[in-house]
Amino acid sequence: MKRLVPMWIAIIAGFVMLLSTFFPITESLGETVGEIFNVVAAIAFVLGAGSLAKVNLAKISRRDQGWGYAAITLICFTITLVVGLGKIGVPQSTQFPLLGWSGEKDAEGSIFGWIYEFALVPITSTMFALLAFYVASAAFRAFRAKNLEAILLLSTAFIVLLGRTFAGVVLTGWLPDWASGLRLENLSVYIMQVFNTAGNRAIIIGIALGVTATSLRILLGVDRSWMGSGD
Amino acid sequence: MISSTLILCVISLDSSGASVVGLANTSITVAGSKADLRGKIPLNELGQEISAPPAAISISAEDVAWDAGGVIKVSWQPAAGTTSATKWIVERSEVLAAGQGAGQGAGQGPWTLVAEVPIAETNAVVSKLSPDASFFFRVTAVSPNGSSAVTTTKSAATGHWNFFIGAKLPLFCAILLVSACVIYFILAARRGRPMKVRRIAALEAITDAVGRATEMGRSILFVPGIQDMDNIQTVAGLTVLGNVSRTAAEYDAAIEVPTSRSLVMEAAREAVQASYLAAGRADAYNADAIRYITDEQFGFVAYVSGRMVREKPAACFYMGCFFAESLILAETGNSIGAIQIAGTAESSQLPFFVAACDYTLIGEEFMAASAYLSGEPDQIGSLKGQDVAKAIAAIIIILGVVLATGAAIAPQGAMPAALEWLKGVLGS
Repeated sequence: MKRLVPMWIAIIAGFVMLLSTFFPITESLGETVGEIFNVVAAIAFVLGAGSLAKVNLAKISRRDQGWGYAAITLICFTITLVVGLGKIGVPQSTQFPLLGWSGEKDAEGSIFGWIYEFALVPITSTMFALLAFYVASAAFRAFRAKNLEAILLLSTAFIVLLGRTFAGVVLTGWLPDWASGLRLENLSVYIMQVFNTAGNRAIIIGIALGVTATSLRILLGVDRSWMGSGD
Repeated sequence: MISSTLILCVISLDSSGASVVGLANTSITVAGSKADLRGKIPLNELGQEISAPPAAISISAEDVAWDAGGVIKVSWQPAAGTTSATKWIVERSEVLAAGQGAGQGAGQGPWTLVAEVPIAETNAVVSKLSPDASFFFRVTAVSPNGSSAVTTTKSAATGHWNFFIGAKLPLFCAILLVSACVIYFILAARRGRPMKVRRIAALEAITDAVGRATEMGRSILFVPGIQDMDNIQTVAGLTVLGNVSRTAAEYDAAIEVPTSRSLVMEAAREAVQASYLAAGRADAYNADAIRYITDEQFGFVAYVSGRMVREKPAACFYMGCFFAESLILAETGNSIGAIQIAGTAESSQLPFFVAACDYTLIGEEFMAASAYLSGEPDQIGSLKGQDVAKAIAAIIIILGVVLATGAAIAPQGAMPAALEWLKGVLGS
């Protein structure tokens, strides 16, 4: 029963979503399924927050290595939750001035909005900025000319890289018009539009077929491993 | 001193032969008059027309067939001289039933702008209207010198619901075809027909990776992407998690699953618990090892990367939907010397995984992972059906290439017509 009920819920919800894509009469049913998912996800958030609190509290109580970070996590979580739910510092809504708590939680001047603007956004931007260094280190490893394939990859990457900078224009700008196809900026466009697009589309077609087959396996109840064992 | 005369009144003929006289946004109809006063439109010192443009001669609105309702196509016939205008403004007014209007009687609602189209176009498809509600439409030509008179539809149009969305017919047929192939081969496998699947190195390496973690006495890290359960990649990732955790339970290796969605955490817990039960190691199952971190993309990455650097897991699995965080995770895993296996259907992230991981499941391989690992005839049969669908897609692509090449070489032959037919069938 523990496996059967979720499986049937998935099968019914899946077929409703599929039919609502093609048959307008079932469109509202599809929207209802989407809304039910949102409600379930919102309820599950309580479980997620509970898990976060439990794991970090256990770490603090055991004085595990790095328990201070767990304490900071919990303090930040609690502060954000309180100022968000309590709408602390939120100016009253001009639309509903007589109603308490009618302002937007992240309105200008609110503490929640301040935390988002001046703490979360800079921190996430910092993490995103690290990506540039990771790209450099990954590219260094990927483009080492170890064999023929790696040499081809390196050469192609070099052409595309140069073709997208002014250096490419300067290096091959002297080529006459009849050989303009060999200019780096044109070669770069050709590689991206022909070879790259062809390869990308092949992968996308494979993914589309894979998604269809996987969905069908789940909708028909053939694949139940997403619920745990296949039994 | 140069002076010019400004006449705001413009006259044009509508389809019934009546003249529509417009003054800014007001109009009057002079029945039976066929006088053409367009020649009297004054010009400025440069010879340019300085009056408002003429109104459209006629306008009609009709329901778009085979759609989800609420879509009406509005067409109009422009008058000569409209080219001086810059755009058309299309407005609609809903037909109100008794009790809905301001006067509480049946009538028309206020005019609302629904589209602005370039002056060269003579139709507009108005969507997102209430299905089965009726609307009047009117169109106005606008120029820097002013607006033309309005031309209004004579009767109301309704965007009716249809049983089927015709534009999606090719997609519907494609899904039916792929489904038929998959179901046929599932049934064939059930009847005992042998199915051969090529070896997928990344999936074969799962056992080795788990074994390595066991030997080193370190944990296994499994990241099921950063999307929720409504994403098929997350579901596919969890199917792989079931297999990985079963192997981990058999080898007595610790597995850790950080998630960025609460619902995924619950589903992952179910999958891992069932695997531990199936392996006869229910006592070794630790629910706290599968934990929710945060919905925030880079907050999640910061936690997982930090955890990897501190705990140094021996094997890292990235199976699901990833975006910019893919490279940060994979490079961090690489820096700690972990054996890494990734799988995603996000084609833009595949190069990063290929560059930084030991094995990568590319797109359809990732979707096939669950079937491959299960080894069940039913699921292997579905892979065979998928392959047949792929072969059909390849044949259509080759046919398209031949026709397109032929049409380019001989534009007067039968090839262009055949190419157009194929495009029509495929809905492109």
